[in-house]
Amino acid sequence: MARSSLPGRLPRGPFSPGFWRSPLRGTWFTSVLGVVLLAGITTLFVTGLVSYAAYNPDLSPVNDRTPDKGVLGFYLFSWPTDPPWLYRLTQGVHVTLGLGLVPVLLAKLWSVVPKLFTLPPARSVTHALERISLILLVGGALFQFVTGILNIQLDYIFPGSFYPLHFYGAWVFFGAFLAHVVLKAPAAFRNLRRMRRGEGEEPDPELTAARPDPPTVTRRGALGLVGGASLLLVATSAGRSIDGPLRHTAVLTPHGGPDPGHGPGAFQVNKTAEYAGIRPDDTTEEAWRLTVTGRTGTVRLTRADLLAMEQHDAALPIACVEGWSTSDQAWRGVRLRDLAALAGHDEPADVYVESLQSHGTWRHAALSAGQVADGRSLLALAVNGADLTPDHGHPARVIVPAAPGVLNTKWVTRLTFGEL
Amino acid sequence: MARRTPRPPVGSPFHLLVLLCSFALCAYAGVRLLDGDRLMITVWFVGAALIHDLVLLPLYAAADRALITVTAGRTAWVNHVRVPAALSGLLLLVWFPLISGRVSERYQAVTGLSADGFAARWLLITAALFGGSAVLFAMRTGRRRPAPEE
Repeated sequence: MARSSLPGRLPRGPFSPGFWRSPLRGTWFTSVLGVVLLAGITTLFVTGLVSYAAYNPDLSPVNDRTPDKGVLGFYLFSWPTDPPWLYRLTQGVHVTLGLGLVPVLLAKLWSVVPKLFTLPPARSVTHALERISLILLVGGALFQFVTGILNIQLDYIFPGSFYPLHFYGAWVFFGAFLAHVVLKAPAAFRNLRRMRRGEGEEPDPELTAARPDPPTVTRRGALGLVGGASLLLVATSAGRSIDGPLRHTAVLTPHGGPDPGHGPGAFQVNKTAEYAGIRPDDTTEEAWRLTVTGRTGTVRLTRADLLAMEQHDAALPIACVEGWSTSDQAWRGVRLRDLAALAGHDEPADVYVESLQSHGTWRHAALSAGQVADGRSLLALAVNGADLTPDHGHPARVIVPAAPGVLNTKWVTRLTFGEL
Repeated sequence: MARRTPRPPVGSPFHLLVLLCSFALCAYAGVRLLDGDRLMITVWFVGAALIHDLVLLPLYAAADRALITVTAGRTAWVNHVRVPAALSGLLLLVWFPLISGRVSERYQAVTGLSADGFAARWLLITAALFGGSAVLFAMRTGRRRPAPEE
C-alpha cells in the first residue's frame, strides 16, 4: 500500500509517518480523552444554552443580543425563579468546567495531530469533507474556549460582541461536534471495551508512531498529568463561586481573592459606579426619583417614599455570566409586585427596568411577569443591614432570584410595567 | 475490481449524509456568526486552529524534545521538570491577560478589585511546583541510594 501517489518521492517532515515519535499516541490515549470531552463538552453546551435562556431573550428586544437567532432559540422558556441558586450553579459549572477542560482539549488535539498531515490529503469525497469538518471542529472548539477565557478576564479583543460570537460560535462548533461524535464515538467506546477485556488497543497507523522513541512516561502517567492539570485549574478557580475564605483559593482567577471593601457591602461587584458613569449628584436624596409607570399612569417616588412602603427581606446571591458568584446576601427593600400594584397592575406584569447608567449594554433590561410575581424579587434599598453602597446600586437596585447578574439592574431610575 | 476506478471514490454514504447534515447546521449558525466583522471573525475561527496546530503545538513539542535531549534520556528526572513546566505554562496560557497586566487598568476600574499580584502569584505557584517536584525527586533518589549493601 503506497502512502504517496508519487512513486519514488517519499513524504518528508511531518508528512512522513516516521516524523511522529511519541510512544504515547494511539487509539487508547485518544479514546480516553475523547470520551472525557464528549461528556464535558456536552455539559458545556447544555449549560451554555441554559445561560442563554436565563436572559429571557424572547421577552423583549432589550434582552436579546441575537435577534437573528431563528430556530437556534427553539427551546427557549420563561426562566424560573426557583431554586434561587439555579444560575449560580449552571453558570458556575459552565465556566469552571470549561477551564478544567482546557488541558483535556489540548491533550486531545496533541494526540491526533499526526492525522493533520496524513497523505494523501483525501482518500475519498467523504474523507475530504470530513477533513473540512475538522477545521470547523478544531477552530470552533478553540474559538469557544478562547472567547470564553478572554471574556471572563475582561479582555475584549475578539472581533465583536461576546454574546453573538460565543452563541453562534457554539452552534457552528456543535454542528461539527455532532458529526464527529456520530462518526468517532462508536470506535472510541469499542476501543475502550476492547482494552477492558485485555485485548489491546485497536491499531491505527495514523496515530501510533511507526518508529516510537523510548517512553519517558507511561500513558497512565500522561493521563495523570492531564487530569492533574485540570484539577489545578479547577482548584484555583472554583473558590470564586463562594464568599469567605474559600474565595482566597481562587488565586489566578478574576473575582477571586479578598472581597472588595469592608463592612456590609464587601462582596463582589460586577461594575463599579464610577465605571458605569454614575454621577454622585444624580443619586442624592434631592435629585433621585424613581418613576413607576403602568396601567394607571405614572408615579414618581423619592427614596423616602420607598422606605415608607412595606419592606421585605430576601436572601439571594449575585451570579455573573463570567462564572463568579457571591453567597446569599441579605437584601431589604420593596417588592417588585407591590410597585406593579402601585401602577395599577394587581396581576404581576412584565417590567422594563432602566438605570442611571450612561453606557453599558445592560443599562436597561426586561423582567418577566413570573419574575415580578416572586415575593423575593425586590427593588432593594439596603443589603446586609446597611444602605446600598454606590457600587452595589445606591439609591436602589433590582434583585431577582436565579436571574443572571446583569438583569439585577443597579442605580434604577425607571420601572415600566405592562406587556413588553 | 479495484482496477477500473481512477475517479476518487465517494466513501461511506452514511458518513456523507452525517457530514452534509452537520455542514447545513454549521452554515445556518455560521452566516449568523459572520454577520459582523466577517473577515476578522473568520480569521479568529480558522486562525485559532492554525495557530494551535502550527505554532503552539510545535513550540511545546520542541521544548519537550529539547528537554529529553538535554537530559540524555535520564527518564528519572525528565518528568520532574516536565510536569511543573507544563502546569506552570498552562496557567500562564489561560490567565495571560491578567498575569501580563494587559487588562489591569480595566479590571481595577470595572470590579473595584486590585489587579496587582496575578504575576506574583503565578510565579509563586511556579516556584512551588518546581520546588515540590525537586523535593519529590530528592526523596525518590534518596530512597533508592542506600539500596546497595555490598
